[in-house]
Amino acid sequence: MRITRIAETHNTIVSGDADLTLMKPLLEKYSKKPGSLIPLLQGTQALYGFLPSGAFRAISEATGIAPADIYGVATFYAQFRLSPVGKNIIKVCHGTACHVQNANAITDAIKDHLGVNDGETTADGEFTLESVACLGCCSLAPVMMIGENTYGKLNGKSAVKILREIKKQLRSSQLKAEK
Amino acid sequence: MKKTKVIVGLGSCGIAAGASKTYSALEEILAKGEMDFELAKTSCIGMCYKEPLVEIRDEKGKIIYGDMTAEAVERILKSHLLDGKIDLDRAVVAEKRKTPEDSFFEGQVKIALRNCGYMDPESLDQALERDAYKAIKTLISENKSSMDIIQTMIDSGLRGRGGGGFPTGLKWKFAYQNESDQKYIICNADEGDPGAFMDRSLLEGDPHAVLEGMMIGGYTIGASQGVIYCRAEYPLAIKRLNIAINQAKAKGLLGEKIFGSDFSFDIYVKEGAGAFVCGEETALIASIEGKRGMPRKRPPFPAVSGLWAKPTNINNVETWANVPWIINHGANAYAAFGTEKSKGTKVFALTGKIKHGGLVEVPMGVTINDIIFKLGGGIQGDKKFKAVQLGGPSGGCIPAELGDTIVDYDSLNATGAIMGSGGMVVMDESTCMIDLAKFFLNFTQEESCGKCTFCRVGTKRMLEMLERITEGKGEDGDIEKLENLAHQIKNNSLCGLGQTAPNPVLTTLKYFRHEYEAHIYDKKCPAKVCKPLLTYTIDPEKCTGCTICAVKCSTHAIDGVRKQIHFINQETCIQCGECYNVCKFEAVLVD
Ligand SMILES: Cc1cc2nc3c(=O)[nH]c(=O)nc-3n(C[C@H](O)[C@H](O)[C@H](O)COP(=O)(O)O)c2cc1C
Ligand code: SF4
Ligand code: SF4
Ligand code: FES
Ligand code: FES
Repeated sequence: MRITRIAETHNTIVSGDADLTLMKPLLEKYSKKPGSLIPLLQGTQALYGFLPSGAFRAISEATGIAPADIYGVATFYAQFRLSPVGKNIIKVCHGTACHVQNANAITDAIKDHLGVNDGETTADGEFTLESVACLGCCSLAPVMMIGENTYGKLNGKSAVKILREIKKQLRSSQLKAEK
Repeated sequence: MKKTKVIVGLGSCGIAAGASKTYSALEEILAKGEMDFELAKTSCIGMCYKEPLVEIRDEKGKIIYGDMTAEAVERILKSHLLDGKIDLDRAVVAEKRKTPEDSFFEGQVKIALRNCGYMDPESLDQALERDAYKAIKTLISENKSSMDIIQTMIDSGLRGRGGGGFPTGLKWKFAYQNESDQKYIICNADEGDPGAFMDRSLLEGDPHAVLEGMMIGGYTIGASQGVIYCRAEYPLAIKRLNIAINQAKAKGLLGEKIFGSDFSFDIYVKEGAGAFVCGEETALIASIEGKRGMPRKRPPFPAVSGLWAKPTNINNVETWANVPWIINHGANAYAAFGTEKSKGTKVFALTGKIKHGGLVEVPMGVTINDIIFKLGGGIQGDKKFKAVQLGGPSGGCIPAELGDTIVDYDSLNATGAIMGSGGMVVMDESTCMIDLAKFFLNFTQEESCGKCTFCRVGTKRMLEMLERITEGKGEDGDIEKLENLAHQIKNNSLCGLGQTAPNPVLTTLKYFRHEYEAHIYDKKCPAKVCKPLLTYTIDPEKCTGCTICAVKCSTHAIDGVRKQIHFINQETCIQCGECYNVCKFEAVLVD
C-alpha cells in the first residue's frame, strides 16, 4: 500500500534549514494555475533535493490548499522525499527483467558494503540506496544508475567495485578541493 | 558524390550501453580530419542486445554495425571508410547483403515504430520527409467529417494498446457524441509495467507521430487541448516531446487555426511522480488535476466526465502512433494484418533470459514461439524455455507447452494471461515461478492506492503466504487459501490494479502447481532460487581440500583440513551460497 512507504522510510518532516525565498519564482509561476500542486512539489524538490517542512506552509499560503492535502499528495507519489538524501543516489533496478537476472544480489552486496538498508543514506551523507522499477534498459539487466550514469550486466561484485571507484574519485576530488 | 553519413543510435537504452561515449569518440575522430563524414543522431531500432549501434551510409549502401563501443568504433570506421571493407560479421543490418542478425527483423512489420531509428527524432524536417502531419493535413483539407474518421478507425480494427484492448474508434465515438464547450485528449505515457519500454522508445524515437495522432483525435472528437501524461523516469522522452511540440508550434502545425482551418489544438506534457496506479485512466486524470492518483468509480466514463469534468478521450502512446498511419494508408491496409478480432501489429519488449532482447513489432497472429525463437534467437545459454510473462503485474505466464498460442487478444486471454501493454519477460529453468509470483505481488501490493480493502489488505496477505512458502514454512491448505483470496480480490476491487493483481499467482498455480507443491510439501525449490529451501553439500569426488570455502563461510559451517575432503555442517549452514560461489572445482552441490 502506498502508505507503508512513509512508515518505513520517512516518519517525520524535516526542516533542513532550507532557504524558502528560493521558492518565490516557482510559487509565482504556478500558484494561480489549477492543478499545479504536483509541478510545485517537483520544483521544490528540484531546489532542495527533498521537501522541507517550511515548503508545505509556503505552498499552502500561496495556493490556499490545506497543508494536509499537500502532505497527502506528497506522500502518495514515490518521487517525493520528506528528508534529505545523499549526494549520490544509487538506484538499483528491481523491474521484472532485472529481478529475473538477480537484481537482489546487487542490492544485498551494496547494503553490505555501505552498511545501509534500502531507502537509507550513509552516515557521511554521500550515498542513498534506492530501489526503482525499470530504468528502461532491460536488455542490460541487471542495471543500476548512479547520478546520470547507468551501469549494466552487473553482479554483486562488479556493483561494489563500481562503488569503490566512485568513492576513490570522491576522495581525490575532496583532497584537491582542500589543497 | 553525397557525403558519407555516420549515425549513432541515441535512445536512453543506447546511451546506457555507452552510445554517448561512442558519439564523443566519433566527434574526436572527425576533428582529427583523417576521415570525412557527417555525424548525425537517431533513436533506436529496438536491437537492444547489440547496442551501441552505428549506421554508416555511403555509396556502399546503408550498413548498421552493432557493439560499437567507443573503443571499437575507430577501427571499424577505418576499415569501412578507408579500406572499403564491410565487416559483415559485425553488421546487424546491411542493405542488399546478409548479416547474422537478419532473423531479428524477418517477420517484423513496423507500423507504430515506422520511423524509430530511421530519422533524427529532434528534427522536424526529417519527420516531415517521412510523412509527419500528412494525415491531419489531408483530413483538414478534405474537410472530413468526424463520423467518417471514426468509421475509418472502427474499420481498421485498432484496439487500445495500453492493455485494455478497447476498440479505439468506438471510444472516440463516445467522446465525440458528448456535447461540451471544452473536451480533452490525453495520451497515456505512464508505462508502469516494470520491464516494458515500448512507449519510451516510441516517444524517444518518433514524438511527432504521437502528437499527430492526438491532433487527429482532437479534430475528430472536437477537443482543442491535449495532455501527455509521461512518467518522470523518462527524462529523454519528455525532453524530445517538448522539442517536438515547440517545433510543431513554430511551424504552425500546432496552435491556432491549423492549416488555415477553424481547428486549433495545443499539447503540453505533464510529468508523473511515480505511482503505477496513475496508469489507470481515472487515477491519471486525478493526478493531472494535482490530486492523489486514486481511481474512482466508472461510470461516468472519461468520455462523459473526464479531465476537469469535461468529456475526455484517453489513449495509449502506441495507439496514438498507429493513427496517422491508418489515415494515410487506409483502414483496410491496417486490417490486412492480424487475425479476425485482433487487427494490425503489436510492439513487444522482449526481455529476460532471451538471446536477442529488444523491441519488436509483429503482426497479430504470430505465435509466441515465433517471437521467442525466430526473432528472439532463443534462450540465453541455450537453456530450456520455461515460460513467458505477458502483461507484467496485471498479466500472467504462459508455459513453454503453450508456445504455439498465437498473439491475439482472445487466444492470450484463454490461457489466463493477457496481451497487456507489450512486456514479454522470458524465463528459463532457473526462474522459480513462486518467486516470480511473489515479485509481482510485492509490486502490486506496494502500488495499491489503498482505497479498496481487498486490494489493500488482500494482496498483503497473499504476499505473506508466498513469503512463507518460499521460506519453507508453507502448510497444507495454503494453495487453496491463495486461490480463494485471489478470487475475492478480483471480485471486490474497484480498478484494474486490484482486479488483475492475483493473475500472476493464478496462472503460475494453473501451470506450475507442482512447483508450489514441491515448496510446500517437499520443502524444495526445483529452480534452486529460494535459498532457505536449498541444501549445500560437498562432492567428495571433486573436493581438492583447497580450504577456500571454509575460510569464506561466515558461520564457520565448513570443516576440513588442507588437502582433505571438506564437509558442510547442516546445523550451522545458513544457505548463503558463498561456498558455491567460491569453489573453483564445482565441488559444492546445491539441492
Ligand atoms: C493499474 C493500471 C495501470 C495501467 N497502466 C497503464 C499504462 O501504463 N499505460 C497505458 O497506456 N495504459 C495503462 N492502463 C490502461 C488505462 O487505464 C487505459 O485503459 C488506457 O490508457 C486506454 O488507452 P488505450 O485504449 O489506447 O489502450 C492501466 C490500467 C490500470 C488499471
Ligand atoms: S483496486 Fe486497489 S488500486 Fe484500484 S482503487 Fe481499489 S485499492 Fe486502489
Ligand atoms: S572450495 Fe571446493 S574444493 Fe575447496 S575445500 Fe571447499 S569444496 Fe573443496
Ligand atoms: S527491469 Fe531493470 S531496466 Fe527494465
Ligand atoms: S536499444 Fe533501444 S529499446 Fe532497446
